[in-house]
Amino acid sequence: MSALRVLSAGPGVTVQDLGRPGRLACGLSRGGATDALALAEGAALLGQATDCAALEMAGFGGEFEATHDVTVALTGAPMRAVIEDRRIPWNATHLLRAGQRLEIGGAEAGVYGYLHVAGGFATEEIMDSRSAHVTAGIGAPVMAGQTLPAGPAGTARAGLRLDVADRFAGGTVRIVASAQTALFSEAERARFVATEFVRDPRANRQGVRLAHEGAPFRAEEQLSILSEIIVPGDVQMTGEGTPYVLLSECQTMGGYPRIGTVVPDDLPLVAQAGPGARLRFRFVSLDDAVADYRRARAGEATRLSAAVRPLIRDPAAMADLLSYQLVGGVTAGDDLAREEG
Amino acid sequence: MTNTASASFPQIVPMGLAGLLVRFSARLDERANRAALAFRAAVEAVRPEGVEETASSLGSVFLRFDPGVTDHRKLSERVADLLGARDWFAAPLPAGRRLWTVPAVFDGPDLAAAASLVGLSPSDAAEELAAARVRVLAIGFAPGLPYMGTLPAHWDIPRQTALTPVAPAGAIVVAVRQIIIFPTATPTGWRQVGRTGFRAFRPGAADPFPLAAGDEIRFRPVTGRDLDALTSADPAGGGAVAEALP
Repeated sequence: MSALRVLSAGPGVTVQDLGRPGRLACGLSRGGATDALALAEGAALLGQATDCAALEMAGFGGEFEATHDVTVALTGAPMRAVIEDRRIPWNATHLLRAGQRLEIGGAEAGVYGYLHVAGGFATEEIMDSRSAHVTAGIGAPVMAGQTLPAGPAGTARAGLRLDVADRFAGGTVRIVASAQTALFSEAERARFVATEFVRDPRANRQGVRLAHEGAPFRAEEQLSILSEIIVPGDVQMTGEGTPYVLLSECQTMGGYPRIGTVVPDDLPLVAQAGPGARLRFRFVSLDDAVADYRRARAGEATRLSAAVRPLIRDPAAMADLLSYQLVGGVTAGDDLAREEG
Repeated sequence: MTNTASASFPQIVPMGLAGLLVRFSARLDERANRAALAFRAAVEAVRPEGVEETASSLGSVFLRFDPGVTDHRKLSERVADLLGARDWFAAPLPAGRRLWTVPAVFDGPDLAAAASLVGLSPSDAAEELAAARVRVLAIGFAPGLPYMGTLPAHWDIPRQTALTPVAPAGAIVVAVRQIIIFPTATPTGWRQVGRTGFRAFRPGAADPFPLAAGDEIRFRPVTGRDLDALTSADPAGGGAVAEALP
């Protein structure tokens, strides 16, 4: 079923789901949503599976018209969003009636905003995923004039919100030692963690370039490193000694030395660091990183859906709000009970 | 952590939160590449608990695992057991490999420059490349992209310092004793010596990645006109044929 007609779209608007894992041996990186947490947040808001495809909007959204009544959710980098001249909150669900227009402007913080629809976007699957992998030539950015279909909507409701951790202004990122860390001297690693980096404008779904003051970072025998597999999160020092943090659409193999790997749960912090945001790195032991990762996974989906709350608006809209509470509360309440039980 | 320059091989090193790298060499080395291909096949056959995918590169094997199921220590032990099972440097290449015969024209814009670095006339260089039988050492960097080798020692020519802004899909390029056929148009520091209609990545096709590491390739020199005809008859394959290798 069609859901949204695209009236206009920014240059970096693509359909993204969890990507195509398992094709590293074929040279294809996983791709998928740059901020995977935002995908999970949208799924929690709409009460659907995390592999539902959403629109990823790099820096700027677009204008969308509903072809049917459709419930949407907005997550990731907060952007200015308006339905029929009415400003609507981010990290929330909204009803878009047939014929109504949703305008999404520039990011107010961070980089990647996400527009989800109930049922997920049901665009064509290529190799088991709907994600555009632009560098690989799979799929293409969303263009004005396209109509985006949606899958069967479940129990999605408008008027819900989710409080999310602010990950849009940089900060300290956890990194683990990796296969090439030892190629960097101890002094060079110490300098790396003591350095404050600024997110460079040169960034895309493949990676984020980080600028810094001071000498370039160098590894031993840096020009004769045999190309090895690359994973998202790797911090690669290019020929000019500037770090790139590689993201989901990165190349799968490379010969530039890598000083370490950002842990998956902190990768959104890098991807969402807006222009000029400051980042630092902190090495953590593999054991600690794995323990943190396991703790974060335990009950993750339940925790997110339990955090979904009714959207509280100004008192003038109280009647409206009450109606949400009357219909609502079922899923969130049940999840909360299960977590506590 | 071990230093790659001085340590012995194979090495097992962590690679991020969810990865393990088994390194057979820190240099381009035919035996290490064979070892990597054979060892990857062995890991795939066993699929230790928690392993989600494996991939080989020129001289190493990468294992991606679910850190919720296993960890570096446990998996390293399992991998060490497998490594100890035999001399992987002497292992045969994995089964299921194919020999590809790929029609090609060696008339690339950088043929003369590459030939002069190799110390041959352009026509002799083209003839050597056309007669070479190479193996896919690794697939990577971009989807389907084959690193093929190893060419004779005099083909150990460096990459260009300046990037060629765009080499087209199907471009045959050379550097450091290796040949690549670009699956898609890409900027490159390698020298373009020829072209083919063969596409190593076919998004949406039933078999999007026709080549696998370990496959062997030989070129069939054709004229530009023949190549065009072959490619219009077979847009993805460019007239290439594959046969099973014993």
